[in-house]
Amino acid sequence: MAQETPQLVRGDEQRGSRTSVSRGLGSALLRRRELSIVLVTIAAAVYFSAGSYGSSFDTTNNYHIIMQYFAPWAIIAAGESMLLICGEIDLSAGFTYAFIPFVLTSFYNQGLDVPLSLVLAILVAMGIGLVNGLIRTVFNLSSFITTLGMGFFLEGMTYIQSGAEPQNPPITGGLADVLGGWRWSELVWALAIIVIMQIALSYTKYGVYAQAAGGNPLSAAESGIKVNVVKVSSFVLTSLFAGLIGIIDQVRVGSFDPTSGGSQMMFMAVASAVIGGTALLGGSGTVIGAMFGALLLAIIQNGFTLSGVNAYAFDVVIGVAVVAAMLLNVYISYLRRKYLR
Amino acid sequence: MSEEDTAADTPTAADSGFGAEALRVEGISKRFGPVTALRDINLHVRAGEVLGLLGDNGAGKSTLIKIITGFHRPDSGRILIDGQETALRSVAHARSLGIDTVYQDLALVDELPVYLNFFLNKELTLGPFLRHGEMKRRASAALDEVGINIPSVGAEVRALSGGQRQAIAVARAVNTAAKVLLLDEPLAAMGAREGGQILRLIDRLRERGDLAIILIAHNYSQVMDVCDRVNLLQHGEITFDRPSAETSVAELLELVHAEYRTA
Repeated sequence: MAQETPQLVRGDEQRGSRTSVSRGLGSALLRRRELSIVLVTIAAAVYFSAGSYGSSFDTTNNYHIIMQYFAPWAIIAAGESMLLICGEIDLSAGFTYAFIPFVLTSFYNQGLDVPLSLVLAILVAMGIGLVNGLIRTVFNLSSFITTLGMGFFLEGMTYIQSGAEPQNPPITGGLADVLGGWRWSELVWALAIIVIMQIALSYTKYGVYAQAAGGNPLSAAESGIKVNVVKVSSFVLTSLFAGLIGIIDQVRVGSFDPTSGGSQMMFMAVASAVIGGTALLGGSGTVIGAMFGALLLAIIQNGFTLSGVNAYAFDVVIGVAVVAAMLLNVYISYLRRKYLR
Repeated sequence: MSEEDTAADTPTAADSGFGAEALRVEGISKRFGPVTALRDINLHVRAGEVLGLLGDNGAGKSTLIKIITGFHRPDSGRILIDGQETALRSVAHARSLGIDTVYQDLALVDELPVYLNFFLNKELTLGPFLRHGEMKRRASAALDEVGINIPSVGAEVRALSGGQRQAIAVARAVNTAAKVLLLDEPLAAMGAREGGQILRLIDRLRERGDLAIILIAHNYSQVMDVCDRVNLLQHGEITFDRPSAETSVAELLELVHAEYRTA
């Protein structure tokens, strides 16, 4: 039974010569789910640059605008995709994004210097993830409820801390350049985090354990994997990323805004991960896929703005894209079961 | 029934030809509150021998497995591994002493490729990084050695048949444990052809000569095919211990039917 379709067997390069090009592409698409989203992203970029407003799409300034959408979505999606792979989700990430800059200013306003305030703010961000993870694992409460509660809590805390007023970031000089001040620093942060997390997923035990914890928690536990440690770590990473990009993104803007981020930011990050091929029920997904998901959404957002499409239409497109991506995911899983054996 | 030869530790002619005694259980009893799950169990298995452990639901099979694998502590009696009396502290402890079990659920992760399942929680690393190539090579070699036919060690376990999945779980346990292997109902929920593959796999493991196998099963005819010796567990007692060459499916069925008639 095993040899019926050897040419489609994963990693069976020796038989590649028997494979036609179209068949090779087909099986590559089945094997690498994120490949389909890369193709769609390229298609979207080609479409918008070929349009009548293409001359304004293909400019460095416009790439910079796309980056401003892309970087926070991609960075938070890097954490969310690890959580989704573990079978969890963090609905509070967008509120962590809004809250942590004000944690920084409150430490700073109490007389601490900027680097120390920054370190403490980052530690608070990780603490938020730790609390999310511990409530999830120790009390066995679903992450949906846990992080929903955390999201409301943080939203309220953000308004209390800020007095519902925007504040000027206290960060200046070289540190500000690193943290969003330099034009492309956000992009560097996004790419660095994506690369590190993809390596962690593909080439470390943490990645294998995350997939095992989300794919079959019972088997993982029977094999001696500390499933809860893996999950809590992923919550901590997600909150860390959300807090960090909250600071960076708003240093770039030049203002800490209590109304920034929120559920919109979180939904875009989760949508990026899902469009990038991460299964909501855990077990599989990639960080690179989430990055392309974020890039696709950023390009569509920007392209719609340039072409004068109603802003509301963007949400319609995202809605359709998320559902279509999930359907595609399910269908590809079906095809994989059928052909990749 | 108790007048059947219950003396599990009496050496018989068929015992010769096997290696040293890998596991011996002596006078094991276990109670859960008012319920006596196991009563004075004597059992042994030698390297290169396949022992079939038969018994109805509730006969005490799973309690006995859990004692042998270190999950439960017995109330009385002792366990000898390689002739050494040993108090099994935990499943991990038993595993470190070379006793491993393949449970019915197999403990495989569908989403991971075969070789990562094979090395699950025992990954080979260089610094913090996984040695994918080395793990693939070793998993492939280990699976070849036990004659398991899978398309590629890079294939997701999800894509494999029930028999192949079982074979991977068995090969994994053999690769790490390799002294006493307990197979819990490996033929349950498996078609005739796949069941046949597993029986051939067990045959090949027997031929290695260094592994003692305890096969827990319901299906008497399959057990008679592959086992060297058969123990029957009834109401927490081992009521029958004989080389399979000296008994028959009919005799075993008669013993079990007698149980129903007297019940």
